[in-house]
Amino acid sequence: MDWGTIINNTLAGLLTPTTIAFALAALGLAMHFGFAGLLNFGIAGFMAIGAYGYAISVLTFGFPWWGGMIVGIIGSILFAILLGVPTLRLRGDYLAIVTIAAAEIVRLLFLTTAFTDVTGSADGLFGYNNSGGFTSANPFPPGSYGWGPWTYNSETLWVLTFGLGVLAVCVWFLWALMRSPWGRVIKGIREDEEAIRALGKNVFAYKLQALIIGGIFGGMGGIIYAAFANVSPGVYVTSITFFIWTSLLLGGAATIWGPVIGAVIFWTLQAFLSNILPELALAGILPVSGTQAATLRFVLVGIGLMLLVIYRPQGIFGDKRELTFVK
Amino acid sequence: MSNSDSPIKSIGLHIGEAAPGCKKTDPMLVIDHVKKSFGGLTAVDVEHLEIPKNAITALIGPNGAGKTTLFNLLTGFDTPDTGAWEFLGTSLSGVPSYKVAQMGQVRTFQLTKALSLLTVLDNMKLGAKNQVGESIFRALFPRAWRKQDAEIELKAIELLKRFNLEAKQADFAASLSGGQRKLLEMARALMTDPVLVMLDEPMAGVNPALTQSLLGHVLNLKKEGMTVLFVEHDMHMVRHIADWVVVMAEGKVVAEGPPETVMNEQAVIDAYLGAHQDTDLGVVTGRISVIDQEKEK
Repeated sequence: MDWGTIINNTLAGLLTPTTIAFALAALGLAMHFGFAGLLNFGIAGFMAIGAYGYAISVLTFGFPWWGGMIVGIIGSILFAILLGVPTLRLRGDYLAIVTIAAAEIVRLLFLTTAFTDVTGSADGLFGYNNSGGFTSANPFPPGSYGWGPWTYNSETLWVLTFGLGVLAVCVWFLWALMRSPWGRVIKGIREDEEAIRALGKNVFAYKLQALIIGGIFGGMGGIIYAAFANVSPGVYVTSITFFIWTSLLLGGAATIWGPVIGAVIFWTLQAFLSNILPELALAGILPVSGTQAATLRFVLVGIGLMLLVIYRPQGIFGDKRELTFVK
Repeated sequence: MSNSDSPIKSIGLHIGEAAPGCKKTDPMLVIDHVKKSFGGLTAVDVEHLEIPKNAITALIGPNGAGKTTLFNLLTGFDTPDTGAWEFLGTSLSGVPSYKVAQMGQVRTFQLTKALSLLTVLDNMKLGAKNQVGESIFRALFPRAWRKQDAEIELKAIELLKRFNLEAKQADFAASLSGGQRKLLEMARALMTDPVLVMLDEPMAGVNPALTQSLLGHVLNLKKEGMTVLFVEHDMHMVRHIADWVVVMAEGKVVAEGPPETVMNEQAVIDAYLGAHQDTDLGVVTGRISVIDQEKEK
């Protein structure tokens, strides 16, 4: 086995635009689930709206790249309001059902051939980074940067820098909110919304605000993902939602850094498994073909998620007393 | 707490004869034709009821009499089918529960709602009203709320001292005992600076020693000018501290008056209190001695 390549690819997984995009989406889920107790199973929908909002407004309406990104964020805000207004008055489980369905509706709307001119249907959208000017806004001259596994060309470096900047702002924003009295109300709602209502707080408004803030983070995740790759409806499937949930639970749902570190660990592990499993199959250690071995990692993700919820529900960074599934 | 000697009872609360729906000299809550049914069952059907200001009113009645439902209706946690009610002259029909609370009418719950995974101090601080930092935009700028938050914290610690929970302030509320949670819930309610405190079975599941101190706290509320309305099954407590007693049965108010007179009415004894209610007078938490007497026979 070629350990050099495996280790190199694994270490490269530590810092990629995908990792950053997932960290942002997981941060959004931390706001929703970890702090406000909102069961959102439609984070992929928020990402899709962010990504398509950016790409469509650039390609169809000729917005500059930053304008397109703002449209993507406004799109996720509207999506949060659309989901929240009818469901936040109901019990938590209903939000879970509605969000999972809404995310699928969003994906299918982008996939359907009815709007091919605008959405590109199954082919998705591409070229918006060039025509919107995101690529030419790159301050780094062409060339090779970094060392070892972390060698990037100037395009990737630009996406990484931009993504890390956005992530830093979002982490600060969440931290600033959660240390404030606003954050105290949000955590109180997670514990018992009736009690908070009896203390004179407008619980519905707080829950909607939390849904919007988390939705913006999710949308930003989609935008960063789109800034690096093409926009394709095949990406924003339900399994993406569960990858993000795994990242979140891995790091710790009710923490600020947990979702970020969780996403990094998740993608590093993914990179490791997708490299080592085919090698193991080739070496005859695993009794399956190379392609089968590559998909085996998703089975392992599922098992990992189960073990995590059972044995370490608070995640790596969480306070065991603060967030467990059995109350 | 000086609750060992008899508390001073408020008198002259009503106008005319003490009968169901009688007028009060200074009412805080006025309820008219409030009706609520669940399917075929009429849970609450109150013709007219006035709750006197700056007095302790007990709401008693058998299980299923509609006491908690009436509480939920009055605090906006449930909406009645028909009826209107006023709080200090303002109509509360259709007003959402959080606005009712902001107006100074705070409630506790029969099943204590401590926010388990928040610290005791955070539980308390949540109670304070009009917090600048609870607005999402100002929350981002600590300069806007830090001073107010410090003031709230001082007030919270002051109250925790009164309720003997000071040593627990940094612990998660989940680590408190059942009785301590009751105390915390009451203390948290007081953080809202209420004018009307509504307690749903404050003594349920609380040991005798703690009952003593809870009684003291309830009496203090009145001393500080608040009005108390509470649901309770402990008749000794009711007799000891209540200035006015409202008896409900099957959703209706069947009797009301000062505790001494109401609790001797034959209808009330038959419907609720039972024939043995007089045998253990003078013992504050005498449920056990009643059972003992029963056994001896």
